[in-house]
Amino acid sequence: MPAADELAADPLEDAYYDYLLRLGDDALILGQRLSEWCGHAPSVEVDLSLANMALDLIGQATHILNNANNGDGDELAFKRDVLDFRNCLLVEQPNGDFARTIVRQLLYSTWQHLLFQQLAESRDPFLSAIAAKAVKEVAYHRELASEWTVRLGDGTDESAARMRDALDWCWRFVPELFEVDETLEEMIARQTVPDPRSFEREYRAAIGDVLAEAKLEMPADQRPILGGRRGHHSEHLGHLLAAMQYLPRTYPDAVW
Amino acid sequence: MSSDWPLWEVFVRAKGGLAHRHVGSVHAPDQELALRHARDTYTRRLEGVSLWVVKSTDIVASDPEEAGPLFEPAEDKIYRHPTFYDIPDEVKHI
Amino acid sequence: MYTTELSKNVQPIETPEDPALLEAFEARVAADEFIEPKDWMPEAYRKTLVRQISQHAHSEIVGMLPEGNWITRAPSLRRKAILLAKVQDEAGHGLYLYCAAETLGTSREEMIEALHSGKAKYSTIFNYPTLTWADIGAIGWLVDGAAIMNQVPLQRTSYGPYARAMVRVCKEESFHQRQGYEIMIALANGTAAQKRMAQDALNRWWWPSLMMFGPPDDNSPNTERSMRWRIKRETNDELRQKFVDITKPQADFLGLTVPDPELKWNDEKGGHDFGEVDWDEFYAVVRGEGPVAKERITARREAWENNTWVREAAAAHAAKKQAREAA
Repeated sequence: MPAADELAADPLEDAYYDYLLRLGDDALILGQRLSEWCGHAPSVEVDLSLANMALDLIGQATHILNNANNGDGDELAFKRDVLDFRNCLLVEQPNGDFARTIVRQLLYSTWQHLLFQQLAESRDPFLSAIAAKAVKEVAYHRELASEWTVRLGDGTDESAARMRDALDWCWRFVPELFEVDETLEEMIARQTVPDPRSFEREYRAAIGDVLAEAKLEMPADQRPILGGRRGHHSEHLGHLLAAMQYLPRTYPDAVW
Repeated sequence: MSSDWPLWEVFVRAKGGLAHRHVGSVHAPDQELALRHARDTYTRRLEGVSLWVVKSTDIVASDPEEAGPLFEPAEDKIYRHPTFYDIPDEVKHI
Repeated sequence: MYTTELSKNVQPIETPEDPALLEAFEARVAADEFIEPKDWMPEAYRKTLVRQISQHAHSEIVGMLPEGNWITRAPSLRRKAILLAKVQDEAGHGLYLYCAAETLGTSREEMIEALHSGKAKYSTIFNYPTLTWADIGAIGWLVDGAAIMNQVPLQRTSYGPYARAMVRVCKEESFHQRQGYEIMIALANGTAAQKRMAQDALNRWWWPSLMMFGPPDDNSPNTERSMRWRIKRETNDELRQKFVDITKPQADFLGLTVPDPELKWNDEKGGHDFGEVDWDEFYAVVRGEGPVAKERITARREAWENNTWVREAAAAHAAKKQAREAA
């Protein structure tokens, strides 16, 4: 498993590998976060819903990371350190209250859904296959998050206030979803993945529609916080990894 | 004020051609989330292709005390059943 | 067991009933008929069932916590998905069971409040901590193994909604014990550190698992009536014996030692002899003095109370929407 600083010389291979890590790490980290709710959700039914989403995402991560590392996704999940993780900053944000979990899900799943719809048409057979399979799961996550956004935004004064706080917390991480850096330029140039800027307008309109129905205002743009795609994360990711990776790191020779 | 949600009865069609069948219930604040909750609770193992949810209080049920007058009159109307009729074995397709 | 009578000299519920109705009810149950929610039933039957089914539901929900403690630390992606799916199943089972109990006229909220106030009991087993990954294996193997022995016969219990919930639970649980034993196999075949973990987990979970079946039969006051009513199918001691007989060879296969020096095969009775469970500890845990009892109830109470605003917001939204549609 190559670390970020010792990638193969072929820049095409680098970009593809890097892209797989971005997709796989997003799914892994968000799945890990959602699984933290297990046993602690607002009702038994919501516990089941959150676990279903987490299972979908862990499944996606397993496929993608396995593909990136000759079938050994576990090595990528459990043996990399924070600088080599390529997920966006949004998904690593702590669960906070249920409002923040829902806003995080709305902002991410809407983006993932738009991306995967296009990715399903990719000329790369692996990417098109995984996107075609996952797009149905992601559509469901997006709908569920939208429905909860409407209920909490247009629920009680308290729930609306919590939703505004949650939007304020998460909004600065949205620009990263549309950032196009060298890796992405390379992949776009090869016509294997869509340019996220092509659906940014649609994304903003979709989020705007859900927020309008929820009687919430679209937040004012904040200074973008970037860095996740280059391994420069928030302080939260290190703690998440410390828990997640503790067993394989403590017992490096063990098979589980 | 009660903070738990109303109860909904859940019906699942296991596959095309079969009727929806009662499988249990869920709590949910409204009909859309009742469907979500039903999906997330009762179809995690490919149990269905279609779901119905009905608010439990909207179900009108017969009273077991009335079971006698309701159902027993059917008991002696055996002429409604095909086995009531004697048809010789050699007659086919009837 | 999730459904065993947990209070020491529990007051048998006795209420005066119409003798003719009671006789007809007993005859239906004796004839293996199912009792449905709107059928006449003695109050004692109703109350005993609410207590038993809600206790079973609470056990599923509280039971999510010891295993949930390891979801974020599961050692591989495969193990993480399996464990999350398993703990999620337990949420589902709690949900089915609460709904079954609700058909008897007690709301889920009342049951949850009884749990949080300490009035309602749940299986003693979940008041023990999960210290290592091997505990996840041991819980699946021993705790789910014990639970299955109790739950399978309950699929034919006399109360229809309970029996149907148990059919679903049993179908879904079939993988739970297997995944636990598979974890134990991996550990038993693993490094010295893994073997140590596995033996330690067996040492800590063996006796609490035997306690799950409840007090000895001569100290289990309502057994006779519950068996007649088919809300209990085998006695505590019978199930405990069966569990020991089935589990000992499974421990042998793993190369692990059951922590009971008195455990040995008895040819004459065709079963194992085994040591006496520490009943003082059992009753202490029933009283709420288990090692992590406070942590468990606090976690459940916080999940419910800190999220009251979510349930209220969704209910408020539904009311607003209804008002708008009516206008």
